Amino acid sequence: MLALLVLGSAFPLYWAILASFTPEARLFGGPSLLPSELVLDHYRALFTQRNFWIPIRNSLIVAGTTTAFCVAVGALCAYALARLQFRGKFALLGFILAVGMFPQISVVSPLYMLLRSLGLINTYPGLVLPYLTFAMPLTVWLLVGFFRQLPAELEEAAMVDGASRLRAFGEVIVPLALPGLATTAILTFVYSWNEFLFALSFTLGPERQTVPVAIALFRGMYQVPWGQILAAAVVATLPVTLLVLAFQRRIVQGLTAGAVKG
Amino acid sequence: MASVQLEGVRKTYPNGHVAAQGLDLHIADGEFMVLVGPSGCGKSTALRMIAGLETPTGGRILIGDRDVTVVPPQQRDIAMVFQTYALYPHMTVRENLAFGLRMRGASRAEIEQRVGEAARALALEPVLDRKPAQLSGGQRQRVALGRAIVREPKVFLFDEPLSNLDAKLRVETRAELARLHRRLGATIVYVTHDQEEAMTLGSRVAVMRDGFLQQVAPPMELYRYPANKFVAEFVGSPAMNFLPGEILAELSPANPGTAVLGVRPHDLTIVTAGAGDLDALVDVVEPRGSELLVYLRLGAEGNGPELRVVAPPETAVEADRVVGVRFDRERLHWFDEETGRRV
Amino acid sequence: MHLHDLRMPWLGRPFVGLSNYLEAVGDPRFRGALWHTLFFAATSVSLELLIGLWLALALNQAFRGRGLVRAAVLVPWAIPTVVSALLWRFMFEGQTGIVNAALVDIGLMREPIVWFIQPGTAWVPVILADVWKTTPFVALLLLAGLQNIDASLYEAARIDGASAWRQFRHVTLPLLKPAILVALIFRTLDAFRVFDLIYALTGGGPGTSTEPIALYTFNALLQNLQFGYGSALSVIVFVVTFGLAMIYIRFLGAELMGSRR
Ligand SMILES: Nc1ncnc2c1ncn2[C@@H]1O[C@H](COP(=O)(O)OP(=O)(O)OP(=O)(O)O)[C@@H](O)[C@H]1O
Ligand SMILES: [Mg+2]
Repeated sequence: MLALLVLGSAFPLYWAILASFTPEARLFGGPSLLPSELVLDHYRALFTQRNFWIPIRNSLIVAGTTTAFCVAVGALCAYALARLQFRGKFALLGFILAVGMFPQISVVSPLYMLLRSLGLINTYPGLVLPYLTFAMPLTVWLLVGFFRQLPAELEEAAMVDGASRLRAFGEVIVPLALPGLATTAILTFVYSWNEFLFALSFTLGPERQTVPVAIALFRGMYQVPWGQILAAAVVATLPVTLLVLAFQRRIVQGLTAGAVKG
Repeated sequence: MASVQLEGVRKTYPNGHVAAQGLDLHIADGEFMVLVGPSGCGKSTALRMIAGLETPTGGRILIGDRDVTVVPPQQRDIAMVFQTYALYPHMTVRENLAFGLRMRGASRAEIEQRVGEAARALALEPVLDRKPAQLSGGQRQRVALGRAIVREPKVFLFDEPLSNLDAKLRVETRAELARLHRRLGATIVYVTHDQEEAMTLGSRVAVMRDGFLQQVAPPMELYRYPANKFVAEFVGSPAMNFLPGEILAELSPANPGTAVLGVRPHDLTIVTAGAGDLDALVDVVEPRGSELLVYLRLGAEGNGPELRVVAPPETAVEADRVVGVRFDRERLHWFDEETGRRV
Repeated sequence: MHLHDLRMPWLGRPFVGLSNYLEAVGDPRFRGALWHTLFFAATSVSLELLIGLWLALALNQAFRGRGLVRAAVLVPWAIPTVVSALLWRFMFEGQTGIVNAALVDIGLMREPIVWFIQPGTAWVPVILADVWKTTPFVALLLLAGLQNIDASLYEAARIDGASAWRQFRHVTLPLLKPAILVALIFRTLDAFRVFDLIYALTGGGPGTSTEPIALYTFNALLQNLQFGYGSALSVIVFVVTFGLAMIYIRFLGAELMGSRR
């Protein structure tokens, strides 16, 4: 039963990979579960005709920048939230969570206006900035959870030993929170890599489109180039799948920590 | 080395809990001061305020002549040993020991030399390159101690450093600490909830309860002349017996109706029935090797209050027999029933 | 802002009061979109919770290859939603797509059907794709909840002679409630915002029969450039989501806090 479920969950992907190597003409011609003839046509077309490396580059830049910024700034915010006592801390945490749950569609129009007035439509900053609206709450929320798990006595000991708070953070907390920081970075990257609505709304043409947008807009006027779409799907899925498989345990921990701990 | 002075120090936590209510304490240079009291009485809070990890909400703290009330911990030149040791898990023992010196910008050669000395003194040389997770409880405790020693700080602060050790190791380490204090001549503030630890280690002992200091005195004075009923009960084991003042009314210094009589189990003697001050029924006898702990119930029928007596092991007592008890007249303690104060 | 029609905001269009909101209430396409969203959320979330619970219970047993299974179910979660939508579109596409072929082969259907031209059948791949993609997340949340349950409780229940079903009913389920509630909240709010999936899978079609509210809003905003109307819709989405979250927190929050200490 469980095996069946695993097979079921793996099948769509298997089917897509298989199809991406199948000649276009045979895609809908009597499917068989095992490959009969494998070709690289779709991948070749993807990178030569479609310039698919452009959306890949865009996605890497946007998701990478978002992740780096979020983890660096988010770590400091989260540390403050996890350790310092101040008025309204609980309310602030709740607010951060609420912002993270905000329906994206509701902020598309104000963000659009804002970006247009800043001249940032169809630019990298014009994507990174909106991404921060969902990535930052996610990072902070996750990291607060990770920092809380570290005993406060460690940095107290460091401060008694003569370190300033910032130095204690750098020398003691960051090294110990490294697994948590890595998990957070991976999750933020995956969410940013997969984001669609903002990328669709705030880009105008292929030169700044991210991978999901590019794939969704492949559809031709009269016919759907399924072979290329599936090849692109495989390419788009590859980095996140590798990340997930490599850091499986951490991701599970991060996903559940973000939601279950409060 | 330096003295430590607390002047009317108060601490109210943000949630409104008052953990220290006007502490006045003068700890002399080189003194081993023990703060003792039941759990939650505010000992750690007091220590953490000396360390600078909590800011007092009132009063002043001085280390030496310097007012450090709002000085951050890293500028106080103190060392602290935490109950959980708080060893840096990602550093080796060597790096743990060196951390404080490194933060203070000591030279490489100096760090090496001082870490080496501390490791030798604490028998940590074989484990210098291990991480804390690979150490036994006793070794971890010594690393925590070593981390404090290498710094040669003005004041050492200890927060229940022995409570995570097993009974045997605790007694050994206790002696080790006493030796260390003698060798370094350092000022030490030491927190524990264990009165025995407090009595054996302290030059003076400060007893706390609910954020108030109850009494500050050398151990023997605390034992002989407890300032109130709480201190009397807390110090000494087995705990002091308390009886209504009327029972020995003729010995009471004040109105026996409003007094409580305190007498330590060691200051009672079991004699034959009728030969003592009172008669009592033997309830339980616990042999403890070097002595017997006898639980009595006053009155020949055994319907009076309970009394604990420590007797020599050869004493002939059996459960359900009636015996006499004699009170050591020199060692009786009288307390006011209302205020608990010694009278 | 949403009180203006901002088709040409630089001209400073006049204040139009609440008319954008009134327009929405009277707009059948809007009401349809709202209904589609509700339908989608209710169906997919209940399926995900059921399957997720079952999966979590299965994963909570120790067995060989558990790590592998966990990794395998994580992959759909990590795939971009747009991509998973396209995978499912591909499988249901055409007369001879794999789904049609398989169903005819097994004998469940006599003829292949064209899934995307009728509203009733177009929902099938949509719901399936969502269930496929997000059940792992639900299962992992619930698994974390299960792993927090003290094993000695089961031992005690067994000693008391409770059957497997009663153990589930009286130990697992009550203790898992907080995790279930969290999953429910996260998933419902998420399902309410559904956009990528339907955009790439059916495009809201046939016609507008699978169009959810987020897609309708998007079309109004960026396709038809009705900024005023679109913004009014955005606000409505926000209010509905917010209201939903409040209802959850109101009715379930106390329980959550109570059991989480
Ligand atoms: N950060 C805090 N916020 C609110 N109350 C606190 C805080 N820290 C301690 N308290 C409260 O202050 C009181 C004193 O705490 P403290 O840690 O000083 O006790 P303690 O004497 O060291 O006890 P123990 O022997 O259990 O360590 C306790 O009632 C505790 O609950
Ligand atoms: Mg304490």
